Amino acid sequence: MFLQQVVNGLSVGSVYALIASGYALIYSLLGFSNWAHGDIAMVGAYIALIAQTSGHVPFWLAVVLAIAGAGCVSMLSDMVAYRRIRNNHSPKMFLMIAAMGLSITLQNLIMVTVGPRFRTYGDVIPVRSIRLGGISLGVLDLLTMGIIVVALIALGLLIGRTKFGLGVRAASSNMVTASVLGVDVNLYIRLVFLLAGVFAGMAGVLLGLKYNIYPTMGSIALKAFIACVVGGLGNVPGAILGGVTIGVMEALVGGFISSGLRDAFTFALLIAILLVRPSGLLGKNIVDKA
Amino acid sequence: MLSSYAQGLIILVCINVIAVTGVSLLTGFTGLFSFGNAGFMALGAYVSAIASVELHTPFLVSLVAGVLVAAIIGFGLGRLTLGLRGDYFLIATLGFGQVVQVLIEFFDKVTGGARGFANIPPKTTLWIAVVLAVGSVAVAANLIHSKFGRNFTAVREQEVAAEAVGIDTFRFKQMAFVLSAMFAGFAGGLFAHYYMYIVPKMFDINESALFTITVVVGGLASLSGSVISCVVLTLLPELFRSLASYRMLFYGMAVVAIILIRPSGLMGYHELSFGWIRERMRAKRGKTASKEGKT
Repeated sequence: MFLQQVVNGLSVGSVYALIASGYALIYSLLGFSNWAHGDIAMVGAYIALIAQTSGHVPFWLAVVLAIAGAGCVSMLSDMVAYRRIRNNHSPKMFLMIAAMGLSITLQNLIMVTVGPRFRTYGDVIPVRSIRLGGISLGVLDLLTMGIIVVALIALGLLIGRTKFGLGVRAASSNMVTASVLGVDVNLYIRLVFLLAGVFAGMAGVLLGLKYNIYPTMGSIALKAFIACVVGGLGNVPGAILGGVTIGVMEALVGGFISSGLRDAFTFALLIAILLVRPSGLLGKNIVDKA
Repeated sequence: MLSSYAQGLIILVCINVIAVTGVSLLTGFTGLFSFGNAGFMALGAYVSAIASVELHTPFLVSLVAGVLVAAIIGFGLGRLTLGLRGDYFLIATLGFGQVVQVLIEFFDKVTGGARGFANIPPKTTLWIAVVLAVGSVAVAANLIHSKFGRNFTAVREQEVAAEAVGIDTFRFKQMAFVLSAMFAGFAGGLFAHYYMYIVPKMFDINESALFTITVVVGGLASLSGSVISCVVLTLLPELFRSLASYRMLFYGMAVVAIILIRPSGLMGYHELSFGWIRERMRAKRGKTASKEGKT
């Protein structure tokens, strides 16, 4: 029973981790919480749905379209809104407010065009489970975890081993210095938005497969956001650790204490972390220069 | 007399103005962003509603009870979290707002849970709402122009410098936070006694986000800007009511557009006053005069 809940938690937690890694990437570069990130995931889920139901394309192609579409929407959001706000030299909070406006816009755009109803992809992945020493593992859960582990390893290699990753790391440590040294900062920011959007699109489709597709499904990003804080804001491995921690904790609280109090525990963990170790599990201590 | 629809709109604007005034005091004048104000509003709404229904207290007593509970919880939360850096403070208050909502749903014996709390006496009339909203804004305006207000501003502009000249910055942040919680609790009480029925969902994170959006759109550090933008943003979706589902789409796009086009908000750092209007007029006349001079 205990192990079963842990496994369930890992499955949900890996989705949190996938969304949180995109959050953390953007935060590490621009220092703001992208409130529209979860809605990008939602847009991805809907693109797959529309491609599947209206476009009658095979599901794998629908998924590819969803991932590409979510990446493009994410990149567009930077080109249309965030870049201008950066150029205005407005306070960082303005980026967040713009993201909130964007979040409302995307949700209502889908509400108006597709409708508020709950939708599903139908039986794309067989609802079967494999029994393994008393634990039942859903095929979908296994697939989810597998895809996410591969995606996150690829992200790690991309950031850690490539020239692109070096540029991103340089820009996140000091944007002005990086641009003086010849890093095209605006291009890198755009690419990071694209990357974060791709991950969000993937997460959106996986969430749609596991649960339902609806216009406010992006609110799950709140949990991913908390995962980022728990792991250390702007720290990608921390975000992944935070996502998995929260997923497992929620499953355990839901299974053994009360499913009604699940969210209360998550937020209590958030406040506890903020009070005891505000820089998060893996974060560095940054002194605020006020 | 006004139709009940128009009356309802005015009451809604008044309630929002009170809540936004609280957020404006905190955000505009100390530079702290709170996402928990809907949580305080929920506390005020539920405490006053339960007092009115279960204990049959008079309206005023219920309202005061709601404000007091919001103030006490605000004081405790502020104690814990005001030492945190801007972003982390925001997240902590966001967590608080969510916890309030979850706990209201959990203790359904007292609060009615997710089904809501009904049969609240309708006490918030048009006149009460208008008078209280004007009064709240007046109190806040007075506060800003007092010594406290200048200290708040000092904390916002240069926290380190303010500390250096002997302002106890923590105490002022604490005060601003408790005040904003009280305004929110007050608005919550009026809200409950107008709608007569409340559910936790009414006070979710989106509500907190709307308050903050309103303040930023109005111009940080401008109380009159916050009030104007509150009136505009509350009525904007109503104007588009005939377009039904499109109205929130326009709302979202309007928020993004305003942030892009007027980065300092509608009013920026100015207050709406006769002096300011006169100055603007003169500046405009000066500009046209100099243009005429050139041609």
